[in-house]
Amino acid sequence: MALAADTPNSGVTSLGAIDRRVQARRLTVVLALLLAVMSVLSLAWGASGTSLWGALQDLAMGRDLSRLDQIVLFDIRLPRLFLGILVGSALAVSGAVMQGLFRNPLADPGIVGVSAGAGLAAICAIVMGAFLPAMLRDTVGNYLVPIAAFLGGWGSTLILYRVSTRRGQTSVATMLLAGIALGALSGALSGILVYIADDNQLRDLTFWGMGSLAGATWSKVLAASPIIGVALLALPALSRGLNGLALGEAAAGHIGIPVQRVKNIAILIVASATGASVAVSGGIGFIGIVVPHLLRLASGPDHHSLLPNAALLGASLLLAADMISRVIIAPAELPIGIITAVLGAPVFLWILLRRFGSTGL
Amino acid sequence: MSAFGRLFLGLNLLMAGLLIGSIALAEMPKRIVSVGGSVTEIIHALGQQDRLIGRDRTSTYPAAALALPDIGYARALSPEGVLSVAPDMIIAIEGAGPPETLDVLKSAQVDYVSVPEIFSADGITAKIRTVGAALGKEAEAEALAQTVSRDLRSAEADAASVAGEHPKKVLFILSTRGGRIMAGGANSAADSIIRMASAVNAVTDFDGYKPMTDEAVSKAAPDVILMMDRGGDHGAAIEDLLALPSIAPTPAAQTGKVVRMNGLHLLGFGPRTASAVTELNQALYSEAD
Repeated sequence: MALAADTPNSGVTSLGAIDRRVQARRLTVVLALLLAVMSVLSLAWGASGTSLWGALQDLAMGRDLSRLDQIVLFDIRLPRLFLGILVGSALAVSGAVMQGLFRNPLADPGIVGVSAGAGLAAICAIVMGAFLPAMLRDTVGNYLVPIAAFLGGWGSTLILYRVSTRRGQTSVATMLLAGIALGALSGALSGILVYIADDNQLRDLTFWGMGSLAGATWSKVLAASPIIGVALLALPALSRGLNGLALGEAAAGHIGIPVQRVKNIAILIVASATGASVAVSGGIGFIGIVVPHLLRLASGPDHHSLLPNAALLGASLLLAADMISRVIIAPAELPIGIITAVLGAPVFLWILLRRFGSTGL
Repeated sequence: MSAFGRLFLGLNLLMAGLLIGSIALAEMPKRIVSVGGSVTEIIHALGQQDRLIGRDRTSTYPAAALALPDIGYARALSPEGVLSVAPDMIIAIEGAGPPETLDVLKSAQVDYVSVPEIFSADGITAKIRTVGAALGKEAEAEALAQTVSRDLRSAEADAASVAGEHPKKVLFILSTRGGRIMAGGANSAADSIIRMASAVNAVTDFDGYKPMTDEAVSKAAPDVILMMDRGGDHGAAIEDLLALPSIAPTPAAQTGKVVRMNGLHLLGFGPRTASAVTELNQALYSEAD
């Protein structure tokens, strides 16, 4: 029912709209609580015997934490929690913004080739890293792959933008098609690099491609938070524009939406958030496509509530998936991309059936 | 010296020995995680398996190792997973990681020993000496290294005499997913073990393991195909393999010569490699099948 209401209700004050706004605000509160619960669980739960409650008691009584507890809580679980929140919200919000921009509920940063571009650059860095001059390798070191991923995300967005913009006008249809082509090209170039890669690099590529929060460190959190933070802060400015775009670009222009500026900001947000999250955690799928869908079902398509709610639910879902990934075969660990795919793909299928089951694709 | 005096001195020496021994033991790491199949084998061969409390997924020999908790794949270790078994030392094969995990483990003041991986007889003895030094068992490691080195030399010499003037051309196939041959080229563990068993690697145009085109496989014309034995029923699988268009024209397919060996035994480059050399050599040059 919510999905059928594709027209936005901004500016139209009906009883139904007010109801829905109240509902969406309640949902925001519920989702914030959910995220708080998930955060506590994520700190409390892990393969080691470290207990959050024990540690809190120790701190409250003024006792010193054991070295192991300190490391597990402050160097492993806490950065992992922050990284999970950052990446989860970035992925869900990028999905929601893309879907609004393309007026297509199946759009995702994957579709316009941003993830593939970021992935290509990361693979390049893994394979070519060995050929870098030693001086550069020593200074950039471990950050080579994330930096490359981020630049790759940006680069592919810029190319996409150039290709699909004529005389200041961005054609969404061209952009979608160009995105698919760019994604395919990135995939093909990655494939060539996979053939060049040696055995060890190949194994790195595989694990990097499946995505994981296991490598969470404070430096990754510090690197990703300003980029994803700025993207999240820019969202409120975008909501009215995306609501207007739902009418179509021409109609949105007529009711006073600065269409081109909205598109620019949207693309900027998606490129930075996706590039940064691929950079720190590799390829994690389905959050960006499933979360906005669930929220539209629950509280309608208004981006004023959809975008912040997507950030909250995306973060909670990724934390949940991460907890599963680290305890299900403990002390070993599954890549989180497998968990999100296993949880996300059936939900995605269910959404498809629900949306198109009666009308056909 | 009276009998009592001798007894007293002996007792004193014994006590002193026990004391020194217990101090040495107290300082030696007792909770060790082993990462890498050959590292685990070496720790067992040195008789230090009681100090192991965890292992990685590739540590599948000896059977006793399987009883230890599996902390995951060597290149995808999770920091909390490793810390959860409360190790005070990790002995890992070169290439274990990821680096972020190693950083966390080092900051947790867990001793980390990296064991170099070189696919040769000297590489194996270097591994043994590194592991021995980490365990504080230098003398035992030296003895094991000598034995292993001697066994390897004699296994290689025997292999050479079996091979004679006409070494077999061997193609190592890592996988045949979708009919595509992933083969072992130069500078791979497979290449080294084939040469140690006095045979010739059929493909040395590339390094490591790479997918090959069908024509290149046919052109390589191996006499024998070597694969890892993953368990289960292989009869049908071998027939399918030999029927592949790339394999069918090779001498190996015409004589039906496929050798399968346990992956860790064949490619592990640990204490058992001499026996792997002998086993491979015999399988390659037997005329039974």
